[in-house]
Amino acid sequence: MTVFNKGVSRRSLMKGGVALTAGLAAPHFFTKGAYAYLNEPKGGSVTLGFNVPQSGAYADEGADELRAYQLAVKHINGEGDGGMLNTFTSKALKGNGILGKKVEYVTGDTQTKSDAARASAKRMIEKDGVVMVTGGSSSGVAIAVQSLCQEAGIIFMAGLTHSNDTTGKDRRANGFRHFFNAYQSGAALAPVLEANYGKDRKAYHLTADYTWGWTQEESIANATEALGWQTVNKVRTPLGAGDFSQYITPVLNSGADVLILNHYGKDMVNSLTQAVQFGLRDKQVNGKDFVIVVPLYSRLMAQGAGENVKGIFGSTNWHWSLSDEGSQAFVKSFGAEYGFPPSQAAHTCYVQTLLYADAAERAGTFAPCDLGKALEGFEFDGMGNGPTLYRADDHQCFKKVLVVKGKENPSSQFDLLEVVQEVPREQVTYDANIPQFAGSLGSCNNGA
Amino acid sequence: MDAIVLQFLDGLAKGGNYALIALGLTLIFGTLGVVNFAHGALFMLGAFCAVTVQKLLTLSERVKDESITFFDAYKEIPYLETWFGDTGHMLIDYSVPISLLAAIPVMLLIGLAMERGLIRFFYHRSHAEQILVTFGLAIVLQELVKAQFGANPIPTPAPEVVAGSLDIGVWFNVEGSIVYPYWRLIYLAFSTVVISAVFAFLQFTTFGMVVRAGMQDRETVGLLGINVQRRFTIVFGIAVIVAGLAGVMYTPIQSPDYHMGMDFLVLSFVVVVVGGMGSLPGAVLAGFLLGVLQSFASMNEVKSIIPGIDQVIIYLVAVIVLQVRPRGLLGRKGVMEG
Repeated sequence: MTVFNKGVSRRSLMKGGVALTAGLAAPHFFTKGAYAYLNEPKGGSVTLGFNVPQSGAYADEGADELRAYQLAVKHINGEGDGGMLNTFTSKALKGNGILGKKVEYVTGDTQTKSDAARASAKRMIEKDGVVMVTGGSSSGVAIAVQSLCQEAGIIFMAGLTHSNDTTGKDRRANGFRHFFNAYQSGAALAPVLEANYGKDRKAYHLTADYTWGWTQEESIANATEALGWQTVNKVRTPLGAGDFSQYITPVLNSGADVLILNHYGKDMVNSLTQAVQFGLRDKQVNGKDFVIVVPLYSRLMAQGAGENVKGIFGSTNWHWSLSDEGSQAFVKSFGAEYGFPPSQAAHTCYVQTLLYADAAERAGTFAPCDLGKALEGFEFDGMGNGPTLYRADDHQCFKKVLVVKGKENPSSQFDLLEVVQEVPREQVTYDANIPQFAGSLGSCNNGA
Repeated sequence: MDAIVLQFLDGLAKGGNYALIALGLTLIFGTLGVVNFAHGALFMLGAFCAVTVQKLLTLSERVKDESITFFDAYKEIPYLETWFGDTGHMLIDYSVPISLLAAIPVMLLIGLAMERGLIRFFYHRSHAEQILVTFGLAIVLQELVKAQFGANPIPTPAPEVVAGSLDIGVWFNVEGSIVYPYWRLIYLAFSTVVISAVFAFLQFTTFGMVVRAGMQDRETVGLLGINVQRRFTIVFGIAVIVAGLAGVMYTPIQSPDYHMGMDFLVLSFVVVVVGGMGSLPGAVLAGFLLGVLQSFASMNEVKSIIPGIDQVIIYLVAVIVLQVRPRGLLGRKGVMEG
């Protein structure tokens, strides 16, 4: 026998192995509390990531979103007049940052492209150490970034995204949406369309060929068909087509008396302008006046379409002319800071930032899973849309939706849309698992 | 039948636009041998000439907007309307036609500055280098425009008198079936006139004769003591003016934004390649042909047989033409052939 054999028996080897394993595991066990989740802030500040289109077709909308984010940060840090913090029913935020940490932010440019947006969000998470990513203007981009945040273990507070899929089939446990969706547009618009245009109508859809366009087309067609309207045709148009004339000319002889433009942004401006130029609004079909409907309106985009928006119905998440206390506080604060009223994109981004900060304060942590629980089922008011619920089942907010119409006689350059109806929350609420929305949140991810 | 007539008319109007942009592009290639990827940006600059003229005509005094009580907001009342009433309003209304006059010297200056300041250094460089530098220039130009005017489309409407549409169906007793916007008809007529004017200029003037001779054999014309380069520089200026005027006239059809040039760039190159690099008649023929084909491919009856054909028809035609006739429909032998 050698000394080696005598000193290292099978029993002592096993004991040593157990001890070594315990020793190796110990640091992780003891430090788990210290690094319980990805990018846990250790100093006196916490960083948020604002990922918006700063170039590309939605750059102006992205700029407005960024203004709103910066205003929200000011208010959370106790600067300025406080804006909606004065009207928000939750009083967890004290104007001293979040959980006593000063809020800082980094910005990224999504370019309205999924790959660029994901690269930008990844940089924020890995390099800048953000605890939350927020932003939007395109549903394709929002869904891509939401998925990235889920994988990374970061909360994603969606900005402007209207596709059903964001909180439908592509919903994620780490993602939350305040903005309304295509289904809610349909539910809100249908009764107004019935009241103004009747039950016997033939609709022709022109639809932007991507996730948002598809879900809006489906939602609006379902809602109008439920009224008794017929859908004559659904035509997909390439994103950014510019000239829609070859898609508009077939409408003229299609027998349709309603044109529904499932377009947003530049596409909406061009297709609406060109449809009006083709005389559709002066036309009589089936003994009725031909009408155009733009289900998703944006004041910023309406400016681009000029006079052509007059009298045309659509829906929005929010409008600066609302007279409730929350809206007025935000408009006053934003107007004083920038000299013009905020867009609906700015509103939803501002509200999402406050909601995130409030949830962190109430949860007592930035840990995504605990913070997510604080948002799930959260009821609040004072943010411009009346009593609002952040539903736990799909992380979609339920609140009033506005039906608007292009104003006939605008009194100012901002006064382009008039609110026709504030549709109550009950009317736009649906079951989380109806076929258009069937999806699974999955498990929340803390990223550590 | 009504639908076919309407679609054909729309195809012609589209084709007029394609031909107009491609004409300048092929003119530059035919004379200077430069592949100009900034041509779309020049079209966009023309459109922004109209935007600038409209902004100048609508320079306004700021009056406090009493309807907004939340913060200090202001209404803008154009000085022209304050000073000249209806006449001022009419001047603003006619901003697009007025822009045509302004765009000619502006685009000529831009063209000359571009040719003298940049393009001439790349005459003898490879096409790849020309593409890189002109594409870079296009990006610079569009970013400058975005910085000045923002990213959103800016409405630039046609004069009210031609804002509506013409019911052509009345002439054939099918009232309401063939309706086409006045401005698109004006655009079609405008493109025909400009294309004819460029052809007449090159065909029936001494200047044009020298340019055509230079395009055929630059060295021989130079040996005759003629400064071909100077004439080609002027031709470059003319091509830029044509692109600019097309841009101005297109503004009531599509509200201009900084990216509109890029949208037409690839399309216009396809038109030039299908027509034959450097061939003016080829560019015009291909422009109208592709416009009409694209329009017909967008008919629901066609799409129900071949889904998505409307989005690929132009490129499909390009592939077929290049397979059958690599130099393009009317291209000269030896041009861009390996």
